[in-house]
Amino acid sequence: MKKRMKSGCILTLVVCLAIIGLPLIAGAEERDIPKKFFVPPPPFSPGIFPCSQCHQGMPVNRHPRKLEMHQEIASNLKHMPGGWCFDCHNPDNRDKLRLANGKLVSFEESYILCGQCHGTILREWKAGLHGKRTGMWNGDKQYRLCVHCHWPHEPRFKAIKPFPPPVKPTDIK
Amino acid sequence: MGKIEKKKDGIHLDRRSFLKGAALGLAGIALPLNKADASLWESLLQKHFKEMNDAEIKQVLGRLEREYEEKYKKEIKVGNEKALPGVLFGYGLDLSRCIGCRTCVYACVEENNQSKDPQIHWISVLRFKKGEKWVDLEESEKYYNPEKVPEDEYFYMPVQCQQCENPPCVRACPTQATWKEPDGIVVVDYNWCIGCRYCMAACPYGARHFNWTEPGRKPEEINPRTHYLGNRPRYKGVVEKCTFCIQRTRNGRYPACVEACPVGARKFGNLLDPNSEIRYAIEHKRVFRLKEDLNTNPKFYYFFAYGR
Repeated sequence: MKKRMKSGCILTLVVCLAIIGLPLIAGAEERDIPKKFFVPPPPFSPGIFPCSQCHQGMPVNRHPRKLEMHQEIASNLKHMPGGWCFDCHNPDNRDKLRLANGKLVSFEESYILCGQCHGTILREWKAGLHGKRTGMWNGDKQYRLCVHCHWPHEPRFKAIKPFPPPVKPTDIK
Repeated sequence: MGKIEKKKDGIHLDRRSFLKGAALGLAGIALPLNKADASLWESLLQKHFKEMNDAEIKQVLGRLEREYEEKYKKEIKVGNEKALPGVLFGYGLDLSRCIGCRTCVYACVEENNQSKDPQIHWISVLRFKKGEKWVDLEESEKYYNPEKVPEDEYFYMPVQCQQCENPPCVRACPTQATWKEPDGIVVVDYNWCIGCRYCMAACPYGARHFNWTEPGRKPEEINPRTHYLGNRPRYKGVVEKCTFCIQRTRNGRYPACVEACPVGARKFGNLLDPNSEIRYAIEHKRVFRLKEDLNTNPKFYYFFAYGR
């Protein structure tokens, strides 16, 4: 009798926990609904966008080869060495980027493209952990695209000159 | 009570009344009441900040603005934004991202009106050799100056006020010129500080700095948006420290160092808000706090977002 009561108690507890837990899980899903992030326009080199201003009407050649334009990028591709333009760029409409599943995304949403491989980073970027935020800690924040800090063809941060060190106590006159 | 008795042979003063009168008279000679000295009297008679009501604080802010305008020949606003309800500020710093460039150090100086000569920095960036025992802070290098950062064999750790929940500096202060605000920021009243520097000795993080001389800063370099408990111009002989940019954060903005960091290593937010960035960091990353064993309970969390 006592044993049965005990197991009954545990069962009730489990059911209760499940009922409490369900909305929590639902809440977690709600947070994943894609929302628009307030990002500045992508950092194009001046005059380079829209790409279609040159590529319009050019025949599409998907084969890796020596290029007349953009060769400095193609031969120095530090991001996915051995890759080729159309791993990310869209051959048919150059003003868009192309995901692995064939969907097109604009350059303003390039983080979706980056997130295909760097999923954990994208998750942290959305949460505000990866990357820089400016604006209000309790309100509107300015996000930045991945490409604002990482040049997509060579994403590693470049070393920079540090600001001068503090004055040593021995150097104070 | 001293009494003035009128006697036949003239006015008789008892000793106490005489001394009282003499003291007042001497004080009057030493501090004549012209216009400039009225301000001095007011500052001498100013009450403790926490004992003043809003009207009295407003009067003090007005007096300071007049003083600063006269001194620096420019308009400087001194604010007194109060702590927001339900807010406890917390800070996160991602050591796996910091490249030791000191951008934050100088952004802080611009924002918070520190003295440039002699130099006062609220943030110290420490450099540690990778793979060695690094918690030994005395082995760290503060004056590193390579051509380029980051360097392969080092990592960097910026240290500033940790805004302890249990701040030893506050307990050390003999005049209660420093205290912890409801939103967790430890502040200093520069008009109440007597410059004894006990708090500096008490702080385990070296976060407090002393104005050995009149702060050296050109008037045109002074940031005119200030807070009474934050970045308003300081005096000779007072202690100052990081306030999480109280003049910005109490208006909802990020601290200057957060916005300056070129690699986004600095995170800031409300510890009581479960959706804040800082809570995300604490809940998803391995965080540690500096000198946790001292029971200071800092609200400054270091973490490694990227394991490498």
